[in-house]
Amino acid sequence: MKSEQQYIELYQEASDLIKRKSCEVMNAVRDEAFQQFMSIGFPTRKAERYRYTDVATAFAPNYGISLAPLDVKPSLYIYTIKDAPIDVAPYYHKIADAHDPITALNAALVHDALLIHVPKNTLVEDPIVVDNWLRGTSPTMMNRRILIIMESGAEATIIINDREGQGARGEEQARLLTTQVIEVYCHDNARLDLYEIEDTTPLCSRFSNVYIHEGRDCSVKHNSITLFNGQTRNLCDVYLRGENSEVTLNGCAIGSGSQHIDNNTFIRHEVPHCTSNELYKYVVDGQSVGAFAGKILVEKDAQKTTSQETNANLCASSDARMYTQPMLEIYADDVKCAHGSTVGVMDETALFYMRQRGIPEAEARSLLKNAFMGQVIDQIKYEPLRQKLYVKVEKRFRGELEKCDDCRLCK
Amino acid sequence: MLEIKNLHAKVGDKEILKGINLTIRDGEIHALMGTNGAGKSTLSNVIVGNPAYEVTEGSIVFNGQDLLAMNTEERAHAGIFMSFQAPIEIPGVSMTNFMRSAVNARREALGKEPLKSTDFLKVMREKRKLVEIDPKLMNRSVNEGFSGGERKRNEIFQMAMLEPTFCILDETDSGLDVDALRIVAEGFNKLRTPETSAIVITHYQRLLDYIRPDFVHVLIDGQIVKTGTAELAQQIEEQGFEAYL
Repeated sequence: MKSEQQYIELYQEASDLIKRKSCEVMNAVRDEAFQQFMSIGFPTRKAERYRYTDVATAFAPNYGISLAPLDVKPSLYIYTIKDAPIDVAPYYHKIADAHDPITALNAALVHDALLIHVPKNTLVEDPIVVDNWLRGTSPTMMNRRILIIMESGAEATIIINDREGQGARGEEQARLLTTQVIEVYCHDNARLDLYEIEDTTPLCSRFSNVYIHEGRDCSVKHNSITLFNGQTRNLCDVYLRGENSEVTLNGCAIGSGSQHIDNNTFIRHEVPHCTSNELYKYVVDGQSVGAFAGKILVEKDAQKTTSQETNANLCASSDARMYTQPMLEIYADDVKCAHGSTVGVMDETALFYMRQRGIPEAEARSLLKNAFMGQVIDQIKYEPLRQKLYVKVEKRFRGELEKCDDCRLCK
Repeated sequence: MLEIKNLHAKVGDKEILKGINLTIRDGEIHALMGTNGAGKSTLSNVIVGNPAYEVTEGSIVFNGQDLLAMNTEERAHAGIFMSFQAPIEIPGVSMTNFMRSAVNARREALGKEPLKSTDFLKVMREKRKLVEIDPKLMNRSVNEGFSGGERKRNEIFQMAMLEPTFCILDETDSGLDVDALRIVAEGFNKLRTPETSAIVITHYQRLLDYIRPDFVHVLIDGQIVKTGTAELAQQIEEQGFEAYL
């Protein structure tokens, strides 16, 4: 329990301060969440959903905790939880899995939360953008909480960016650890496109848990894009609780150097006539490690379920590693479900063909990786973001997003 | 232009080329004929620098340069082009992007500015017409969903775009109907300059009716066993390789 101990002590020392800076609805679950965390501690690799990421080691360094208030520009639909226009108690920390150690620790330590609330039958045309700037000169832990409530008939696109903050050039950068819990509630007939894009640095560790509830006739698309990172572990759980709803989970993960990207998804079909589609693609290069575990559970009553889960991976170097674990658990007897995964290497004949035409090897490799990842980017519905990501992904494969300016790891 | 001396090469542990000697001067067309497995494709792959083939002995000099010291793309930049026997599909890489990368990489190697987008598309249009290739194919991924004939035509189109000085046509006639064969061969002839040299690998006389060779070589078991003029091809067409086995 070594790693846990410092967080237990931190809570015992700082919980009064956190509570003062926070609000009633968050404090209401805080002590219980802390008790939960104390009793379970950090998961070992024996825990089914944490097989591919060593959590205790990631949390072992001594991080200072950031209690800075959220910088929210007053705008339609976006609030800090303290200024919530509705009663959020029925939502906050309700769909989130209280038994998940990251979620429990987040609920214990987080002092502020962002609320995105789209009222009934409201179509939000421009995307709602949340930017998280990550930069610090001392090792810092940030705990983030976002609550998204789509009232019935609401429609919106939300883009959440994790990006490298601007600091003075040459400024020594420190390790940063982020925990994030996002709870999404879609009431009947709601439509949501949720994009999460990580473009950070090798010094950033990210532990993100997303929980999505869908009522009747809903449509949710969640896109998780890891362009550049240090260590990332993303969890996404979807509960289909109203008939005739659909969910699409797409993922694009690009690893190089010693990066680590672990995506863990769970889709629970609880009622009949729902559809789920999942496509995650990875390109791992260098000594990077990728992991994908996706489970689809079709309950007894969820007849006429349609579900497709695909995980395709490209190992671009002999030292890169990829773990893949697609899972399907079906208790209904009238369903159409499929799952599959592939791990491949660079197509040497294609490389040779391109080089014979004079395309230098490095460029040929990046063209092939780009072609492989294109299929996921094609799925992005919001056109300006899609165009931007085509460029970003291409640059990433050309090595133009490498962050070596002032990164200690490369010195 | 190209001078091959005592060339030995292997794939894996199997020695395929067992001492090839061949000199090709500027503007010459050499036809290479021979039984299946004799080493015709191996010779072409070694010339263009396919990393799957290993040269164990001998030398290749191309316009005074040691070809074996150059990597695949450097050989392409120097003006060597191979029309593949079975051109592969590259899903997700559009013909336009592929061609642009290839053309500009060669220009860069030759110290020229990359082509502007509009100029590039103009050149694409012109060359496309030359080999009568369906413009719709240019919006697809490389060779994806192309018929056998379209793929071969696409090879000649790429040749037109890259303007090589030395070409290898590796069974460009295989899988082509008579009309397609004529278009591809005439396309090649239109692209030829008086300096362009080529190795034409074929099993049939028909292609050589269009692309008239200066020399015909018979390759058997990794060695050139007979060299003659165009009449030699005619003779092989009638009598087969039996005399050389």
